[in-house]
Amino acid sequence: MMANPLESLADEQVPLEVHDLTVAYQKRPVLWGIDVKVPPGQLVGILGPNGAGKSTLIKAAMGLLPVSGGWVKVFGRPVKEQLKRIGYVPQRESVDWDFPVSVMDVVLMGRYGRLGLFRRPGAADRDIARACLEKVKMLPFADRQIANLSGGQQQRVFLARALAQESDVYFMDEPFAGVDAATESAIIELLHELRNRGKTILVVHHDLPTARNYFDMLLLLNMRVVAFGKTEEVFTYDLLQKTYGGRLTILSEVAEAVRQKS
Amino acid sequence: MNLFPTFDWHHVFVQPWTRDFGLFGWIMLMGFLVSLACGLVGKFLILRRMSLVGDAISHSVLPGLVIAFLIARTRSSGAMFVGALAAALLTTWLIDWIHRRARIKQDAAIGVVFSSLFALGVVLISLFADRVDLDQDCVLNGELALVPLMAPVKLAGWTLGPPAVVRMAVVALITVAMVVCFYKELLVTSFDGILASSLGIPSIWVHHGLMLWLSIVVVSAFEAVGAILVIAMLILPGATASLLAQRLPTRLGLNVVHSLLSSVIGLHLGVWWDCSIGAAMVVAGAGLFCLAWVFNPTNGLLWRWRRNVLEEPAPEPEVGS
Repeated sequence: MMANPLESLADEQVPLEVHDLTVAYQKRPVLWGIDVKVPPGQLVGILGPNGAGKSTLIKAAMGLLPVSGGWVKVFGRPVKEQLKRIGYVPQRESVDWDFPVSVMDVVLMGRYGRLGLFRRPGAADRDIARACLEKVKMLPFADRQIANLSGGQQQRVFLARALAQESDVYFMDEPFAGVDAATESAIIELLHELRNRGKTILVVHHDLPTARNYFDMLLLLNMRVVAFGKTEEVFTYDLLQKTYGGRLTILSEVAEAVRQKS
Repeated sequence: MNLFPTFDWHHVFVQPWTRDFGLFGWIMLMGFLVSLACGLVGKFLILRRMSLVGDAISHSVLPGLVIAFLIARTRSSGAMFVGALAAALLTTWLIDWIHRRARIKQDAAIGVVFSSLFALGVVLISLFADRVDLDQDCVLNGELALVPLMAPVKLAGWTLGPPAVVRMAVVALITVAMVVCFYKELLVTSFDGILASSLGIPSIWVHHGLMLWLSIVVVSAFEAVGAILVIAMLILPGATASLLAQRLPTRLGLNVVHSLLSSVIGLHLGVWWDCSIGAAMVVAGAGLFCLAWVFNPTNGLLWRWRRNVLEEPAPEPEVGS
């Protein structure tokens, strides 16, 4: 394997360190002994079959699930103390899009973590929210009721909200699921821009062929970490087969993806 | 035989505001306060798809009342309040517990809990019928008309008003204050609980707080309007408002308007029909809901019908072969 660039980093420079993390639902383990140390300024794809624990991993890494063992540190300190440095994009289907809020209201929610109790978002927060909407090209929709948006537009709103959090580490749960091609390329462009500004981004992803081009590093997950490293080192037939097991349809997809590579 | 009592303008619309204002003024105020507090809390229940929890609480206070009566041997409001509140809190706790432990869907858990507790209350009343002087009718339907007859509360030489109205006024004021103060917490936890937690806003405590406050509101309200009408007042204002506005702050404002209109109109209906005023207020609220449904300008039945009749239906787009 490569020389580990993390060796030279002090703990408080490591955006995310997960150590021996185990999560169980109803005493049935979903994640086993996850050990991951993510270097700064990386766009990391989390790949694995359905039920591999991808969403569980990012929720547990943000401290939102009870864990059976292990710990998570963000920039050298327990995740609970570092929530302000974490941004989150949930799965689009996880919320009720008929909820009576406008696009602007949703993006402003990204600012709530920085406001204390009893405080409302102010003019400065609105300016930031507008700038974030502009970045995802949704500013003209700011006053639109969220029910009147297409899937791609909904995803852009969620992304704008995450940008408004002004975080250093981002967790995104399937941001490319069910979006149009224009939105997909807009999102990946934005993620690369964030990465270039030194942010660390972890993205749950399910499309193998695009994974190879999108991400700097890959985390192959199937209850355990199958492999974690630079995309060109990890995206191999053997490792993908190990991750996806004997699932035939996926395996042919793997074969196709690897063939494209060579 | 007249199906409806004859309509006397003076009796129905003038006297409640003049000669009988000392009586009907309190009734109207009480109706408004109950509907205001219930409606605001209920709005957030609707947003969280938990409307049934209010239903559950208002039924399952019954065994709490019986047990409180058996222990305290009095029907004083204090003992009844404590008993009902304990039962309400037990209900929300049981629902959460069964939902989580037995892995049963939340609506099923609600159904199990409130029907069992209500049945327990009925059984207790039958068992101790000789010792329990509780009117089941009153528990279910309440009696708004009795509210002004209670001896008024005096505080530092000021005569404030009937105790039920004073208590409800305090509860309603705190409800409004909490919706204003915790608006952003209520909003984000209702819309996206996981995001809220990731922002450091504890959604689980907001949930428990809302359940606690719902219990207090329901228990304070049902003495006046009864268990069944509390459910209506939790849901009707919010449901009506959601037909008329797209954003939450506007909807909350319309909630208050709905509460005000339904209590004033309901009072007049109740006087006219000489029936339970609480029920008449709910009928008025339901009437407002229907009006909003038919006439609202964006999606109302009337406008949809007009569009269909007046405009040529657009030709179906050809599906490419």
